[in-house]
Amino acid sequence: MAEAHPVLHQPWIAGDKSPAQVTDEICSTMERRPSTAWWLALLVSFTVMVIGFTAIAYQLKTGIGAWGLNTSVGWAFDITNFVFWIGIGHAGTLISAILFLFRQRWRTSVNRSAEAMTIFAVMCAGIFPLIHMGRPWLAMWMFPYPNFRGPLWINFRSPLVWDFFAISTYFTISVVFWYLGLMPDLATVRDHTGSGWRRKLAAILCFGWDGSYRTWQRYETVYLLLAGLATPLVVSVHTIVSWDFATAVIPGWHTTIFPPYFVAGAIFSGMSMVLTLMIVARKTMGLEDYITPRHLEAMCKIVLGTSGIVALAYLTEFFTAFYSGNPYEQFAFWNRALGPMGWGYWIMVSCNVLIPQLYWFRRVRTSVVAVFIISLLVNVGMWFERFEIIVTSLHRDYLPANWTGYTPTIIELATLAGTFGFFFTCFLLFCRFVPVIAIAEVKGILSHGQPRGFHHAGAPEREPALAGAGVFRSVTGEVRS
Amino acid sequence: MSRRLLLGIFDNEHDIMGVTQAARESGYKIVDVYAPYAVHGLDHAMGLEPSKLPRVCFALGLFGAAAKVWFEYWTTATDWPINVGGKPFNSLPAFVPVTFEVMVLFAGVSTVIAFLYVCGLFPGKKAKIIRHDVTNHRFVLVLEQSDAAFDISRVKRLFDSYHVVRIEERLEEAAG
Repeated sequence: MAEAHPVLHQPWIAGDKSPAQVTDEICSTMERRPSTAWWLALLVSFTVMVIGFTAIAYQLKTGIGAWGLNTSVGWAFDITNFVFWIGIGHAGTLISAILFLFRQRWRTSVNRSAEAMTIFAVMCAGIFPLIHMGRPWLAMWMFPYPNFRGPLWINFRSPLVWDFFAISTYFTISVVFWYLGLMPDLATVRDHTGSGWRRKLAAILCFGWDGSYRTWQRYETVYLLLAGLATPLVVSVHTIVSWDFATAVIPGWHTTIFPPYFVAGAIFSGMSMVLTLMIVARKTMGLEDYITPRHLEAMCKIVLGTSGIVALAYLTEFFTAFYSGNPYEQFAFWNRALGPMGWGYWIMVSCNVLIPQLYWFRRVRTSVVAVFIISLLVNVGMWFERFEIIVTSLHRDYLPANWTGYTPTIIELATLAGTFGFFFTCFLLFCRFVPVIAIAEVKGILSHGQPRGFHHAGAPEREPALAGAGVFRSVTGEVRS
Repeated sequence: MSRRLLLGIFDNEHDIMGVTQAARESGYKIVDVYAPYAVHGLDHAMGLEPSKLPRVCFALGLFGAAAKVWFEYWTTATDWPINVGGKPFNSLPAFVPVTFEVMVLFAGVSTVIAFLYVCGLFPGKKAKIIRHDVTNHRFVLVLEQSDAAFDISRVKRLFDSYHVVRIEERLEEAAG
């Protein structure tokens, strides 16, 4: 056993599980009857989702006038939520692609659900620009296709067009990556489940996966290639989102620090969302052996690191405003921290810079309750970060005669809530119908069956010979090394 | 044409790795190995060539990027030139972000399609399941009994030295 070197050889999956046990335990999360807590959570999320979609329907019927925007603040709640949700998505790709390239083996326990989270978060994000168009049924105008309007082409110099391409590519690649990882596990579900619709569906959806190593070898190659492609992709996505702002000549937006600042913030908030979801999932579905406090601790360290980057970006922004000598830039930052919306700025600083410092303490990182609370607060902080960047830069511009405030309407609040409802509804359904943990990947990092010392833990299990033609049974004693 | 196959069923990745290596070194013809997860290094043990899929990825990525640069140039500078803020019609630096995204899209999606194609995987395909537990916890080494020189008792001894769980003989009908 691993007691001799507990630090070096402590396995990521607790309980010294065998591969068969992993299959049984993870498939059982889908096969057993859902708990009351699950039904309750689904009911609440679904209700909130319906409320949100009703608000969207109302807004589409009435027009953007249903929002609290005005001639000075032309972008506010909607874009804040868009950037927030895109940011949430980034952690999934970080875990599935970047940590894969860095050979971080702990990722196997969380990558499936983190990637699912990415997909749902990008869907939530996509809702906002779509409804902001006012006429979402003309959304295909964003796509350059031959048409009778000219032929009129989209403006490829516009960051909004870049954003459209970035988000749609990101969504497509995330879905493909997620599904590729799912194929071997669907085959496991097919062979594990006796009969019924679940088996039939898995058999269709696993594309006829048979476990052949020739397929596995190519699969590994493709996985590596996709990870290599997704890594610069995820960096490009939030970079391009930040260009939506940085290419404008608005003080407070027009800064070169935005791309790294946004990417770090995205990973920071996304990793916190992963923590929130994982803590709930491990508790409600009995996955404590798979998602251990060590996994949570590793994610807390990423949160702490990105919190440092975000803090540095906040300071750099202020320093640059001061050092530039540009009075408009200086005013924008003074107004952001001490103006009428300064309260939001201080929520942001507390939640993103001060509170995550608690993660320096091992006792905090290993306390599930503390990690859960901090992860929620970080997401509140990151939401306010986007709100502050967007609204405070707009509500007091060059002409004091244009100065105004901004308050979201009930429609906007309901839409935001609705996306949370949609996100959690999707996530709960995912937990129920898809293997939440990458079964095949987890089997690769098990401590079970690894050579311990110079001989195997025990004789391998033998099967009784079945009657039938061509069945050989080895009768010689096994050779032990 | 049909083939006589000999299946050795093993219980853990070290045994399958060792037995595959040994079988290849002894000159047996390895038809395939079935595994519940990707065992690193097994492709070397089997003597598989590295996959050629990275070439597809590179070629289609390059094609996507090139096609997009051409398309952006054609739409923006030739077919419908519009003066946007006095920028040149052929504003190449502004084309970079979309070109990058399209490159990633083409490279990623085409690699996966090529992977499915070369492995013969498609939705609803009826899998040739060699044993129901290869997607669970067992590893299967499939050897072809190619000629008269194939000595079953020697293979059995080899399998036994790697803790074989079970040995089966099968007749494979040629597909199609």
